[in-house]
Amino acid sequence: MSNVFEYAPAPESRSIVEIKPSYGLFIGGEFVDGGGASFKTVNPATEEVLAEVAEGSSEDVDRAVKAARRAYDKVWSKLSGAERAKYLYRIARIIQERSRELAVLESIDNGKPIKESRDVDVPLVAAYFFYYAGWADKLEYAGFGTTPLGVAGQVIPWNFPLLMLAWKIAPALACGNTVVLKPAETTPLTALLFAEICQQADLPPGVVNIVTGAGATGQALVEHEGIDKVAFTGSTAVGKAIARSVAGTRKRVTLELGGKAANIVFDDAPIDQAVEGIVNGIFFNQGHVCCAGSRLLVQESVAEDVLERLKRRMATLRVGDPLDKNTDVGAINSAAQLARIRELSSVGEAEGAEAWSAPCDLPSTGFWFAPTVFTGVTQAHRIAREEIFGPVLSVLTFRTPAEAVEKANNTPFGLSAGVWTDKGSRILKIADKLRAGVVWANTFNKFDPTSPFGGYKESGYGREGGRHGLEAYLR
Amino acid sequence: MTRLDVRKTYKLYIDGAFPRSESGHSYEVLDGKGRFVANAALASRKDARDAVVAARKAFGGWSGRTAYNRAQILYRVAEIMEDRRPQFVDAVARAEGIGDGPAGKVVDASIDRLVWYAGWADKITQVLGNANPVAGPFFNLSTPEPTGVVAVLAPQGSSLLGLVSTVAPVIVTGNTAVVVSSYARPLPAVTFSEVLATSDVPGGVVNILTGDAATVGPWLAGHMDVNAIDLGGVAGRPALATELEVAAADNLKRVRRAPAAEPDWTDEPDLGAMTDFLETKTVWHPIGL
Repeated sequence: MSNVFEYAPAPESRSIVEIKPSYGLFIGGEFVDGGGASFKTVNPATEEVLAEVAEGSSEDVDRAVKAARRAYDKVWSKLSGAERAKYLYRIARIIQERSRELAVLESIDNGKPIKESRDVDVPLVAAYFFYYAGWADKLEYAGFGTTPLGVAGQVIPWNFPLLMLAWKIAPALACGNTVVLKPAETTPLTALLFAEICQQADLPPGVVNIVTGAGATGQALVEHEGIDKVAFTGSTAVGKAIARSVAGTRKRVTLELGGKAANIVFDDAPIDQAVEGIVNGIFFNQGHVCCAGSRLLVQESVAEDVLERLKRRMATLRVGDPLDKNTDVGAINSAAQLARIRELSSVGEAEGAEAWSAPCDLPSTGFWFAPTVFTGVTQAHRIAREEIFGPVLSVLTFRTPAEAVEKANNTPFGLSAGVWTDKGSRILKIADKLRAGVVWANTFNKFDPTSPFGGYKESGYGREGGRHGLEAYLR
Repeated sequence: MTRLDVRKTYKLYIDGAFPRSESGHSYEVLDGKGRFVANAALASRKDARDAVVAARKAFGGWSGRTAYNRAQILYRVAEIMEDRRPQFVDAVARAEGIGDGPAGKVVDASIDRLVWYAGWADKITQVLGNANPVAGPFFNLSTPEPTGVVAVLAPQGSSLLGLVSTVAPVIVTGNTAVVVSSYARPLPAVTFSEVLATSDVPGGVVNILTGDAATVGPWLAGHMDVNAIDLGGVAGRPALATELEVAAADNLKRVRRAPAAEPDWTDEPDLGAMTDFLETKTVWHPIGL
């Protein structure tokens, strides 16, 4: 397809990043060998092995929790808020200084386009640390008490590795807690680079501990008796298992889980803007977004027009090398996730929905899935009910606002939703009726450290971000 | 010849009506000295499920009312309780085995507690919500919203003040409730339900089941259309509380955990009994011409 939109390759240099052949765990302020096995982390765009990473055993988790407890008792809980703030400001500044390095490493390990890691993820990471730094000496004004909980066990997903780390660590530290964080199995590298940043900032040893590993490592952390707080972002299934495992304990919990967000387009919406919002809603970060607008609800009278323009726009999306500065859609994060997306897509076709994929040449190695839209989807279809967590959009139609709300809320999830209309009073009415924690009106997938994020119903509980986000780490 | 008194049948309160238990079961309620007082309806699994259906049906209307209107209705409940004060004093005195003096104080505290919570209806949003100064041209506002249908296992000891202190904070913000009363001291809860029925509280907003939290509780904790549960009624029973919390995880209910022992309900409440059953919704909109 030769046209004016053809771009020459514009790859970002990898030279800024130095990946070591193997990594240990970050416990008590230093990198130590793990007592267990190790695993490989790969570049999902090429399947190249990037490094060997320690798989934290339950003994490693225990060591990390003890280090965090020591740091809490002896140092961090005794520091004034103002001093804690300065450490967090330092970290924010180092993140800004090393932002290109962090962005490139994130794209290599995760597969997301460099323009997203560079322009969205890493700037937000710095912003979250900067924002929560300022709260550390102002907690008495926030309304949630000023006493930290103690040691927080934090388990984060692979879709926004560094950003989820920031969402967890920044408020925890600002409130005076210490942390043990387990990054996702497929994306450990930026968390380990963050550990170096903690060293550069002279953060007291043990305040932040990073234990890499897979599900078993996370489970050992969540179930450890020495932690006071569990913060988890990931699947609803694991979230429920965590809720069961903490039953009967005094551990506090926040869960940020799955979603199946409705993105509602009314007939009076500015269609071209809405199409951009639909694309951003589902194809941002390859659709590996818990709040992705994965169910498009479009008013019947404009459905044909919206779909035609959507397909035209999808055909211009550039899928490929995550390090290419022109890339819009990068690699699927892992073989396992690609298999899951393929499985649900084939179920969608088997159940009678019609698939259309943007014409694009996918690289021959690595994990790829072309941006895809399903039409003729009903509420009973699995692709309308289950989180696909990939670049797959299900389209349903509606006739009246009441029907739109009914369909939007017809899900066990309740993380986010979108509304597109020119009518202000309608936005406020629909936003009021939607059972979702974040509602984007005439925009989508916007994030900010001052803005609380979190779900209703089976999308979890607790809020991250903003003043509200402090509640999870104070009593 | 003395007149034979007409005794009341104590029934459940579901969807604004007073049915007996569909199971046909009742149980003996004794007073503080162990003497028979009445037979109370023994709520079953089916009663609990009916109550959840009623509470869900009432949620949209109740949460959609203005906060001012909910405030007035809760205040109205306090008014009617004050009007029927002697009846409540008698019910509490018999249920809790205390004299009329102390029972009167309990009733007064219960009425005052309702007035306190009534006033929160149109203030909680201002205290808990805020505008967020995001780094971009967006209007961004966070506001609290009710969680939905809340199961309340009411305290076992404090038959009226404990009941009011757990039900009022749930409904004042717009939630609807399915309440399991104190097992041994259910009659003040039944009298309270008669007040609710005559105080403009819409049917289904509060449903009161008399019976055993240990048998009805698990059905509510595992019910997929209940959004949250207050385990206060199983305070001091950690094994049961844990079992209920595990069941609640099936649909990630918000859980207000049971304390080790029933608290002193005369203590000034904090916001926790309300905030545990609230969600935060954040709405974004671009700013531009």
